[in-house]
Amino acid sequence: MSLKKISKNQPDNFEFNEENKILSKKIISNYPTGRQKSAVMALLYIAQRQNNNWIPLSAMKYIANFLNISYIKVYEVATFYSMYNLAPVGKYFIQVCTTTPCMIRGAYNLVEACREKISKEEKKISSTSDCSWMEVECLGACVNAPMVQINEDYYEDLSKEKMIKILDKINKDEKIYPGSYRGRKNSEPENGRKTLIKT
Amino acid sequence: MLEDKDRIFKNLYNDFGVDATSSKNRGDWLDTKVLISKGREWIINEIKSSELRGRGGAGFPTGLKWSFAPKEVGSRPHYLVINADESEPGTCKDRDILRFEPHKLIEGCLIAAYAVQAHVCYIYIRGEYFNEGQILQEALNQAYKNKLIGKNSCDSGWDLDIFIHYGAGAYICGEETALLESLEGNKGQPRLKPPFPALVGLYGCPTIVNNVETIAVVPTILRKGSKWFTSIGKPKNTGTKIFCISGNVNHPCNVEEEMGISLKDLIETHAGGVIGGWDNLQAVIPGGSSMPLLPKNICETIKMDFDSLVENKSGLGTAGIVVINKDQDIIKCMARIARFYKHESCGQCTPCREGSGWMWRMLERMAKGEASREEVDMLMDVTKQIEGHTICAFGEGSAWPVQGLLRHFKKELIKRNNFNPLIKKNKNVPYLIDQHLLEEDNVKS
Repeated sequence: MSLKKISKNQPDNFEFNEENKILSKKIISNYPTGRQKSAVMALLYIAQRQNNNWIPLSAMKYIANFLNISYIKVYEVATFYSMYNLAPVGKYFIQVCTTTPCMIRGAYNLVEACREKISKEEKKISSTSDCSWMEVECLGACVNAPMVQINEDYYEDLSKEKMIKILDKINKDEKIYPGSYRGRKNSEPENGRKTLIKT
Repeated sequence: MLEDKDRIFKNLYNDFGVDATSSKNRGDWLDTKVLISKGREWIINEIKSSELRGRGGAGFPTGLKWSFAPKEVGSRPHYLVINADESEPGTCKDRDILRFEPHKLIEGCLIAAYAVQAHVCYIYIRGEYFNEGQILQEALNQAYKNKLIGKNSCDSGWDLDIFIHYGAGAYICGEETALLESLEGNKGQPRLKPPFPALVGLYGCPTIVNNVETIAVVPTILRKGSKWFTSIGKPKNTGTKIFCISGNVNHPCNVEEEMGISLKDLIETHAGGVIGGWDNLQAVIPGGSSMPLLPKNICETIKMDFDSLVENKSGLGTAGIVVINKDQDIIKCMARIARFYKHESCGQCTPCREGSGWMWRMLERMAKGEASREEVDMLMDVTKQIEGHTICAFGEGSAWPVQGLLRHFKKELIKRNNFNPLIKKNKNVPYLIDQHLLEEDNVKS
């Protein structure tokens, strides 16, 4: 359960575009009839994607109508789960994992890099580029620690220098590549694996 | 060391590709129809005699769990739910199964769904694993196209639909009843048990919830036989397991090994040893952050299986091994874990909601040496107030790591926090120690 601030600037109206309406209906059909409420999490994601990666209150009202459930049911789901952004975030949204396995491999150096290159405070959009960052709890890539998630991709095996390089590229809006930044293949041990040796 | 031919996840590092064809080359989907035609009883008995225990943390026997599903389908349909909400710090095994061995999981879903008579299966993936979910969706599309699932799956006469449901960053949804709540479109707050999900689960219907790894190993067990599976590992702790070795080791990695392998072997052979050498080892968290840590002297000899670790007052959990060497501040490490639990508590039960914050704040101060001597014992008291007083096992999960710290590193805690700010003042202040520490007068007097 995380504390989340809801944006003060709220748009008046929100509506799914045609494509998302079809997608939403398809997702609702994944669940038994009368259980359309199950789709609320997926629909919130769709709204978030449509609205520059954050969910305004009007979208919650729209989804409540769409699913024929009460507004508060949508609101409590949107505020309970940490991945729904209730205030604007940057076009590049950087989530730095700082839980113990990442921390002991230097995750706070990455936080430092973010403070230097993006903004001093978390969740604050950079003054020079469309970019914001925050600390998050375990992202489930512990053997590739320290790592960050930028939008949907994982960037693994980082160090402060490598992180700064990535952030420089982001600031210039250049393409960045996800995956390991020490050149290793997925989660294999780096120095000659002892298992699954090809013959 | 386990031989390569006995490893179940041959594509753990993605050497071969994830599509249906290359999965078939590795042996998936070969004779699924034959396996299913042997019948429900045979499947469940085979899993029972393989002594497969759930890989999601609790280690509950899988065959037994399946046998709890009602024998006859009544007015309520049965459901199979796969728990892919992997968020335990130190654990990243399900991610590799989802992205590199999705067909093993899907085939396992079909067999398990047939065994528990479910026609619908939901796979609950944590929201952060968006790309992994896309890979799984692609694998599902291929499976539908090749008629491996869907109507008359694999020509077996069984209909099965599999849907992916994304979570949204809540650790608690890894708890099975919270997961079901979340799947129903509610906040992920655990339900009271009993009734158990096997009888009253998703939408009030009988539901079997299994971990990704548990389901993914099922087809291989049935193919190679339960005898093969029990020949690996130790009695009651059979088979292979993916271990995730992270933290201060030279080459952190995921590796599939037999149950009951020694921890030292795992770290030295597969992960390239502790940074700074074995003597630089301080402690190891053996099974994901919620399991109590083990100090070096126990790590020398400990075997990695459910029962050996319970004997040493810890647990295998998800087998996420976090190695902490002497360069790290052990109290800080645990304070960070306490912060994780404070952040992830769902807020339903007071002992956990409030207690997890207490533990975090106390540990933060203890890491800085700002706590008083009595507080070390008080911390133990707090953990005892949480443990066993909550609806779900999250209470234990947050209290155990702190208890582990107190059990093995109490000397360190006391050494650092050895002053008594209330020595000359009125001692009749049992609570609110925090505030007293902040008052200058109290500290100085």
